[in-house]
Order: sequence, then C-alpha cells, then structure tokens
Amino acid sequence: MEILIPTIKLATIYPEIIITTFAILVLLLQVFPTVIGKDYLGYTSLAGVILAAIITGQGGASGEGGEAIYSFSNMWVVDNYSRFFKLIFLLGTGLTILISIKYTKDEGINNGEYYSLLLFATAGMMLMAGGTDLIVIFLGLELMSISLYVLAGYVRKRLISNESALKYFLLGSFATGFLLYGIALLYGATGTTSLKGISGFISEASFGSPILIMGMLLLLIGFGFKIAAVPFHMWTPDVYEGAPSPITAFMSAGPKAAAFAAFLRVFIEALPSLQGIWVDIIWVLAALTMTIGNVIALVQDNVKRMLAYSSIAHAGYVLVAFVSTDKLGVASILYYMLAYTFMNIGAFAIVIIIGGKGEEKINLKDYTGLAYRYPLTAAAMCLFLLSLTGIPPTAGFMGKLYIFSAAIKSGYVGLATIAVLNSVISVYYYMKIILAMYMKEPESSVQHSPLVFTPAMIIALGLAVYGVLRMGIFPSAYISMAQQSYLSF
Amino acid sequence: MVPLNHYLILSAVLFSIGAVGVFTRRNALIIYMCIELMLNAVNLTFIAFSKFLNNMDGHIFTFMVMTVAAAEAAVGLAIIISMFRNKETVNVDEINLMKG
Repeated sequence: MEILIPTIKLATIYPEIIITTFAILVLLLQVFPTVIGKDYLGYTSLAGVILAAIITGQGGASGEGGEAIYSFSNMWVVDNYSRFFKLIFLLGTGLTILISIKYTKDEGINNGEYYSLLLFATAGMMLMAGGTDLIVIFLGLELMSISLYVLAGYVRKRLISNESALKYFLLGSFATGFLLYGIALLYGATGTTSLKGISGFISEASFGSPILIMGMLLLLIGFGFKIAAVPFHMWTPDVYEGAPSPITAFMSAGPKAAAFAAFLRVFIEALPSLQGIWVDIIWVLAALTMTIGNVIALVQDNVKRMLAYSSIAHAGYVLVAFVSTDKLGVASILYYMLAYTFMNIGAFAIVIIIGGKGEEKINLKDYTGLAYRYPLTAAAMCLFLLSLTGIPPTAGFMGKLYIFSAAIKSGYVGLATIAVLNSVISVYYYMKIILAMYMKEPESSVQHSPLVFTPAMIIALGLAVYGVLRMGIFPSAYISMAQQSYLSF
Repeated sequence: MVPLNHYLILSAVLFSIGAVGVFTRRNALIIYMCIELMLNAVNLTFIAFSKFLNNMDGHIFTFMVMTVAAAEAAVGLAIIISMFRNKETVNVDEINLMKG
C-alpha cells in the first residue's frame, strides 16, 4: 500500500503550539524552588496566552483577506471564524489567569498544574474551533473536558469541589458517549469523518437515511450537554457552584463558546441538508433553555448558583441566533460570545473578591450595602449585571439586539418574543443584587472583613469594564469583524 | 460472514445497557463502568462500519476513542478516590451537598 505523507504547514498551528509549550513549561518550572515564590507561574502562562493571541490576531498563517487555509490533510483550517473564536478563548483564559492569582494563593492551590491545565483546556478549545474533521473536534473536546474535570475538583479538601468534579466527570463522559455514537452513525452513513465530505455525501445521496438522522440527533444531544441546553443542563448548577470561582468563570465563558464553535461548524458546514429537521429541534431547545434557566434563577440566594442559571439562560439566547443560521445569526453569536466573556468573567471577578478566603461570602446578603463601603466595586458589578440583563449602553444590550434582529429577519418572530419576555424575567434576579448593593444599609451586626484588591484583579476588572462599555458604545467594529468571520465558512 | 446489521444491533443494545445503567446504578464506579460500556459499543460500531465500508477512518477513530477513554479513566478514578477520602462513600445518592 502506498502511503502518502501530507505536507505539513506548521505555521497554521503556531498559536496552539505556543499554548501547549507554555502549558508544559509551567508544569516543569514549578519543580524548581525559587526565592520569589510561585507567583511567576501565573504570569508566565499569561505571557503564553498573550503571545498566542498576538499571533492569532495577526492572522499567522491565514491567507490574504481572511481566506481559509487548510492543512493537515484538510483536517484543520485557519479562517476568520476560527480566529475570532480563538481570540475569545484566549481572552477568557487571560482574564481567568488574572483573577486566579490571588485566589490560588488563598486556597493553597498555587501550583503549576492549575495553570497548566487551564492552558491545556485552552488548546483543546482552539482545536474545537479550527477542526474540520470530526476526529479533531472530538479530540479537542476531550482535551478541554478532561482538563476541566480536574480543575473543577482542584480544591481537593473542599467537599463541594469534589462533588462538583464527580458530577461533571460522570455527566460529561456520559454526554461524550452520545456525541461519539452520533459521530459513529454519521461515519457509517457517509463513509467519512470530514465535515466537507459529509455534506458532499448527503447532498448527493441518502437524504433521509434513518442512520443519518439518528446520528444527527445523538450529536445534538452530545453538544446540548456541552453547552448546557435544557433538558441537558442538570449538571450545570452543581458543577458551577462547587467548582473554584475562577474555574466557574472560565467554564461559563471559554468552554461554552468552544462548544458553540464546534456545534455551529458541524451543523452548518456538515449537515445543512438536514436543516429542516434540526432547526425545529433547536427552536424548542432555545425556548426551553431560556425560560427554565431564567425562572429557576429567580429563586436563588447563592450568587454563584444564580449566575450558573443565568449562564444557562444565556446559552438559550445564543441558540435563538443559531436557529436563524444565516450570516447575521452567526455573526451575532460571535459577537455575543465575546461580550459574554467580558461581562461574565467580570461578574465572577467581583464574586471572587467578595467571596474572600474559602469562598464563604457568596450569598445575596453578603452584598448588602456594598455600594456604601466600596462604591467603585459596586459600580463595576452593577455594570456587569446591567450588561447581563441587556440594558444600554452595554455590550450585552448590543449582543441581544443583534440576536433578536437576526431571529426576526429570518422569520422567527415567536422565538424572538419568547427571548424578549425572558430578558424581562431576568431583570428581576439581576436587580436583586443591585438593590442589595445600593438600596440596603450595610448590616451592622455582620462583621465585614475588608476586601482585598490585587493589581492583577484590578487589571482584569478594568479590562472587563472597558470591554463591556466599548462593545456597547462602539459595536460596529466588532460586528463587522464578526460578519467577516462568517464569510469564510 | 456476519451481516452489518447484527453488529449494529449488538452495539445499540450494549449502548442502551450502558445508558440505562448510568441512570439506575448508584455506585459512582459502576456508573463509570457503564459509561465505558457505552464507549466500547461506539467502538464496535466504528469497527463494523469501517470493515463494511472498506475505509480505515473508523479504525483510527477507535484508537482515538480508546486513548481518550484511558485518559478519562485516569482522571475519573482520581476524582472518585478524592471524593472517597473526604466522604468515605461513592454512592451518588449520598453525594448531595448542593440543592436548589
């Protein structure tokens, strides 16, 4: 048998190589004891993230004008779509590292493995965004998930962290089973695992083959778990509540965006012929996800858990844009994921600051009167919450505007109405926090320890505030970037 | 030769046994074994299709799945052990600190 060795364009995976190298470097560095402690581990990994972001941003190996470059036997692509998503992941990872530095010291988990796993998870997410073959997408997904299972349980001595990891692990690998079975059936029906090959095969023959439909449904279930769409969301609140707060922030931004990146690419690029079937299913998922996420969030007192339900609801809004599947829909998903990364990690940064050592202050009552003690912190939290609600002039408002208009333009007025009603419901629980911060006097009976702000945390908050305002007030640059990203599909 | 359908039915049955097991068993280790059963059912599907389509992609995918399953086992057992150290149980019904 003749074996062909494909030409390898290493330049197309420079950002991934950098991230992986730094992940290994951080792991090795911590072995050597130094006089300056272990603080530099976080900053070293941050340097890796920034380097990878610069190369991704410059286009690295992508062609002139964002033309897609295929490499590794057409299993890997660098196009504007994957680059946009990679920048979102790197931004999420960078912010997570900044908000982790003090937290890991407080909890005694300031080890190289922590940052190393974060970087490996990032590499996995980047593989998911750039893979054009189900093998690559699957490997990326698992690299991300396995790193996250460990990170969720990273505070070994804390029982809820253990519980969070166990639940995430069991349900995550259960979902992987469904995803894989879906891939296996798609492979059986079409004889290939490449996305282009699958769509080419389906458009020529065997449109309604039951194996194909089964495969698509199983894939939908698998991705549904990863993006935490109702009814596959059961793991989300527990995992998010139990995991260390910086990891919760990370999980709600990067990995969710990565799951959406792969979800979109697989369904729009490989299965456009079955659109008639999956659009209806996603319609129902979107409506359920938004409504159930928002309604259950109403009764939460634990802010972290409330943000977990809110993150479910936000996945629902993104699914609304998914339903319209056209250029505007995809562009609004890209825009929304970027905005969501800023506002959600920002909100979690404040949760970490207020939570203090051991994450003991994460209930609503710990926020009462915050505005009297720390007006700037309260103002930042207020901004993030307004953005999550979708009130101008914030990034969240523009994101929702684009999503709803994409849905209406494609004729899904009913779904857009449900989404708007859900935004109204969500005002209640976001406002609960704002009211507690501004309208209630600080309880004098409770002893408040002073909040600690480190430079890294301030930089992260500053970046998040800047991002939320900038994307809300001058959205056109970002939306045109997002629209160009769709062109290259 | 055994026809393709027999393999597919066998793997579908194995997958279903695994999936039902995940919902009905209460021991975290047994749940994990059920998940492994599901993954192996998928491997069987891949190999059967690969053989009948005369295409090596399925074989390669199976190797990937086995590798990933091994990595998952390492992480998963570590998580179960750290749970056991803190709580001295692996019964998922008793692991319920978070509610609501």
